[in-house]
Amino acid sequence: MTTSPILEVRQVTKSFGAVDVLKGIDFEVIPGTVTALVGDNGAGKSTLIKGLAGIQPFDSGEVTFEGVKVNLNEPRDAADLGIEVVYQDLALCDNLDIVQNMFLGREVKRGIPLDEADMESRAGETLKSLSVRTVKSLRQKVSSLSGGQRQTVAIARAVLWNNKVVILDEPTAALGVAQTEQVLNLVRRLGEQGLGVVIISHNLQDVFEVADYIYVLYLGTMVVRLKREDTNPSEVVEYITGGKTNNAGSNGDLV
Amino acid sequence: MSTPMKTSARDVEDMVKSGDVTIIQRITRVQALQIVLVLFVIVILFSILAPDSFLTVFNLRSIMMNTAIFAVLGVGATFVIITAGIDLSIGSVLVFSSVISAQVMGNLGAEGWTTSLIGLGAALLAGGAWGWLNGFLVAKAKVPAFIVTLGTLGAALGLAQVITGGIDLYEIPVVMVDTVGFGNLFGELPNLVVIAAVVVLLGGVLLHMTRFGLLTYAIGSNPEACRRVGVKVDRHLIWVYIISGVTAGMAGWLSIAFFQQTTMGGNSMTALTVIAGVVIGGTSLFGGIGTIFGTVIGLLIPVVLQAGFIIIGVESYWQGVVIGIFLVAAVYIDGVRRDRAVRGSGRKPGRLQVGGVQLGTQQKEGK
Repeated sequence: MTTSPILEVRQVTKSFGAVDVLKGIDFEVIPGTVTALVGDNGAGKSTLIKGLAGIQPFDSGEVTFEGVKVNLNEPRDAADLGIEVVYQDLALCDNLDIVQNMFLGREVKRGIPLDEADMESRAGETLKSLSVRTVKSLRQKVSSLSGGQRQTVAIARAVLWNNKVVILDEPTAALGVAQTEQVLNLVRRLGEQGLGVVIISHNLQDVFEVADYIYVLYLGTMVVRLKREDTNPSEVVEYITGGKTNNAGSNGDLV
Repeated sequence: MSTPMKTSARDVEDMVKSGDVTIIQRITRVQALQIVLVLFVIVILFSILAPDSFLTVFNLRSIMMNTAIFAVLGVGATFVIITAGIDLSIGSVLVFSSVISAQVMGNLGAEGWTTSLIGLGAALLAGGAWGWLNGFLVAKAKVPAFIVTLGTLGAALGLAQVITGGIDLYEIPVVMVDTVGFGNLFGELPNLVVIAAVVVLLGGVLLHMTRFGLLTYAIGSNPEACRRVGVKVDRHLIWVYIISGVTAGMAGWLSIAFFQQTTMGGNSMTALTVIAGVVIGGTSLFGGIGTIFGTVIGLLIPVVLQAGFIIIGVESYWQGVVIGIFLVAAVYIDGVRRDRAVRGSGRKPGRLQVGGVQLGTQQKEGK
């Protein structure tokens, strides 16, 4: 793993009033790998993601993308770089079909009318490249899809747009066993396609199934970065609950 | 642990060549189709009850003419309702626009085509301005559309009355009345209907075939999702209300051509009639669903009922009763359809679905 990181975060902070939610976080994403971000509720996972998505810009610190320092002040900035967040609540339009959702906001036109055929074939290709075979028709309305299929559509949308970093916020939270398996396979495939993948999860079983690296956040500080091969779930739990600290990583001190 | 999934070659095939769902299919698959059947039954019923007088050219002409102005209003109303909004002000905006138009044309001498077209421009501008105000207050000031347009309903009519001192204006160019109001194409097809049909067609193309139309559905479906992908939701909403205002302006101009005067007292129920037609035509008040075609059918039903009742000698007051029942039924059916459509979303966790088979309600517990 000598590839240089595509996304690098250095000493970012974020406060809401008197509450310091992020206290100088370091974080990096390497292309072709899956990085898990874990931590208890309130550890700052969502805040870190919202910062990277440009929804809530960081107060201070530095973000570099492909070696260049970047500013993420609004969602457009992140989208232009190729950073896509797949949110927990998915943000799909129920009344639109799969193709329409995948192209939402970036529709292809042929003159004035929409180029339905082109969008449909591109959506189909993307789903095929991800080996998605569970949707019956691309013209199915999203309201008729199962939770796993929705998640698939949301992830495929991120892939369709040639994003370089895909951040998945609790992608398996509301899914059953088989669907979770489907989505985790998909996450793995994203990594294999060379993307930088970040997965936020409360479910350590999922994390150990897909992640190459595991970052643990504890009360706004990055406690440790672990390689999956070198650790085990119980050690991660100790870090998450603050029962164990790692001064060698020295990403910050425990509060 | 994981259940074998149905991954037959057929699924992949289906997925890739799913172009078998055409735009026409997508349009007709909706509630509009059911409402066409209802209209069909009504027409057949009246044709049987009054075989000599219902299906006559004269009667069909008058039905089309009575629907024409409502249909123009219905185009704008459909856009607004698909965004999960409402525009109660269209009747008043119609009146306001027709007053402005008549005033402008009167000042220019109320004669000739140039004057008439300037009058049309004035009506569209006046309508569009009210639409912009509605849209701005809804999208930017975040006042509920119901309240905003209830306010402009009163304000637009009030201002129209202030401008004219409450007296209707009668100075309408003769050429406009003769051509637009009462002229015919090919001898029998009223120009008023032709113009309305063009507006309906343009509205249909805009709604069903363009990016603007698609985003209208998307915003009605999930505005937050649209914002996250960078759609300018507020600006789009303002445009949708402007469309509603402009169609009301258009309807105002058509209405003075037809009635040869402004109709300040005659439009208090217009918005409600149009909204009822839009909803009967399958457009959902919850947003995200609807067609222009359905709206036209939904607007035809009350007009056909009224015409039919008069012909068969039933008091036409019954029309109101029947339409009331249709309206409630349409919204009920929409609700049922929605409940049925929502499946396995994030809001209903624990539903395990593999290859279309419901497996149960197991859920993987998160740590």
